[in-house]
Amino acid sequence: MKEEVSFLQRLRRLTFGDILGWTVIPVLMIIVVILVYNQLLLAIEPESMEANIIGSREIGFKNVLDATAEHVRLILISTGLAIAVAVPAGILITRQGFRDFSGLVLGVANVGQSVPSIAILALFMGVLGLGATTAIFALWLYALLPIVRNTATGIEEVDPNVIEAATGMGMTPRQILLQIELPLAFPVMFAGMRTAAVINVGTAALGAFIGAGGLGTFIITGIPLMRDRMILVGAILTAVMAVLVDWILDKVQDRLVAPTARA
Amino acid sequence: MIRFEHVTKIYPGTSSPAVDDLSFTVPTGEICTIVGPSGCGKTTTMKMVNRLIEPSGGDIYVLDERGELRNVLEMDPILLRRSIGYVIQQIGLFPHRTILQNIGTVPQLMGWDEARIRRRAEELLEMMNMSLEYLDRYPHELSGGERQRIGVARGVATDPPVMLMDEPFGAIDPINRNILQNEFLRLQREIKKTILFVTHDIDEAIKMGDKICILNAGGILEQFDSPAHILSHPANEFVEDFVGADRALKRLNLVRVEEVMDSRPPLLQATQNAEEAIGFMSERGLRFAYVIDADRTLKGYVRLRDLKGKTGWVDEFVEPAATAILMGTSLKDALSGMLVVDYANVCVVDAHNRVRGLVNTEMIHRAVVESESEKSADEEGEE
Repeated sequence: MKEEVSFLQRLRRLTFGDILGWTVIPVLMIIVVILVYNQLLLAIEPESMEANIIGSREIGFKNVLDATAEHVRLILISTGLAIAVAVPAGILITRQGFRDFSGLVLGVANVGQSVPSIAILALFMGVLGLGATTAIFALWLYALLPIVRNTATGIEEVDPNVIEAATGMGMTPRQILLQIELPLAFPVMFAGMRTAAVINVGTAALGAFIGAGGLGTFIITGIPLMRDRMILVGAILTAVMAVLVDWILDKVQDRLVAPTARA
Repeated sequence: MIRFEHVTKIYPGTSSPAVDDLSFTVPTGEICTIVGPSGCGKTTTMKMVNRLIEPSGGDIYVLDERGELRNVLEMDPILLRRSIGYVIQQIGLFPHRTILQNIGTVPQLMGWDEARIRRRAEELLEMMNMSLEYLDRYPHELSGGERQRIGVARGVATDPPVMLMDEPFGAIDPINRNILQNEFLRLQREIKKTILFVTHDIDEAIKMGDKICILNAGGILEQFDSPAHILSHPANEFVEDFVGADRALKRLNLVRVEEVMDSRPPLLQATQNAEEAIGFMSERGLRFAYVIDADRTLKGYVRLRDLKGKTGWVDEFVEPAATAILMGTSLKDALSGMLVVDYANVCVVDAHNRVRGLVNTEMIHRAVVESESEKSADEEGEE
């Protein structure tokens, strides 16, 4: 689309709602993070000096950053691999000749989804051992279902008349897939990826049980030590990350999805 | 030209054919409407031409752009489809693509460059009487009628000699359907495509078709002929029932006013005086005459009794005509217009409101009566 809009024009077009939509979540999240950071600083209060000095040493700013980075890494790798496998799988089960497998594939993915995440971690710990690899494998398995399902649903929901018109005008099956089906299915597919990523933020916290690192480390270390602030830091930051990932992907979706598909 | 030779389609898992030993030929530049009750295989018949459905037996030939008659079953289906215009009922415009990109679908597949696609799209929008602003819009921003026009434009984008249209106006309200039908007929007079046009509406089949192919359940061809001949000589009871008891009236749809009108209606100039006008009418035994400007534009009419004993210009006594019939109107619409205003005579004008003739109920009556006896003779003469 050749719509040339200057920055000023775009600025003027912004409604109050737009501004709210863009700012509320990040501002809230920044406030929460500052509060968490203050909790860490407050750890050096005089009356309970001893206990909290240990606390502050353990949950130092650098530790928090490292854990956050680990968490992000777990999610990026697992979701990325899931997209790489689930999108082709989702496409495949909508192709003629493979439709019969669609029930089977979705069924298996469904079962995978209904097994509790902690159980999957425990199961594969035996096979893959402790560490990030096992966690990534479990997260990957978890992310598959929403993406496969949404890819297949998105493609199947494309108006059959549109496909018929495309076929009748002489598009090859490949052209129909790449130029018609995938662009039209994209909003639904992307929603699946978004769901998978957000679920993974929470599930990744469990990775700490098998030594995968991430924000969950603060929680599972804090529980036996009865260190509330440590638990809170882990829990709150995980929640903040889930909200932010969802928000960022929401904005990406707005960008990527063609104006027509939303109308 | 599109030729069917003993074409049969039996869907897997069924014993009775959907299309049964169908043979007919659509001459180049003509519209053939395929009509019949639901389940008669009309869409199946059409889709076998571009092989969206593969025939079980028989051959289908299509005249390609180089004037060669080719067996579609021996062509690559993808290339075959690109060479045939295709328009379907739900239009199937690509919602994520602009009008320009939609119209450019087949040109793009054929490897046209962008500038050429844009030029062609602009040309087609002009042909459809649509503003060029539409090029960068998306289908959902258009009305149903506009989308249908784009559907047709997309179908003719590469100027294919043969087109398939599957109930193209089926989802449009009656008023707009009528407009679109007339527009399409006007367009067809310019582009002269060979068209297979599927419809379930016998009135549409009669109006749009140069030939009508009437199918019965099980894909049996009941009659293949011109609309006039089918109406005057239905082949059997099925066709007679299908075209309806009002087939004599339907024939009015096939005749245009200019075919029966008196092209020398009584005319008076607005600048003549009353005395001259009275003389003119008495001489010819008329009770009225049309009044025109210097350039034949219709101003209205004057009645003899209004003028009797008066002096002055004709202009002062003109009554505006409540209705005038446009050239190209069918007798059915003309008669309906006359009944509405209760005129026995009505003036025929061209697009610039210039007087071209006069029709009255008597001429229409004569046309119906004559067509019964003469049409068949004419048809044979033409062929």
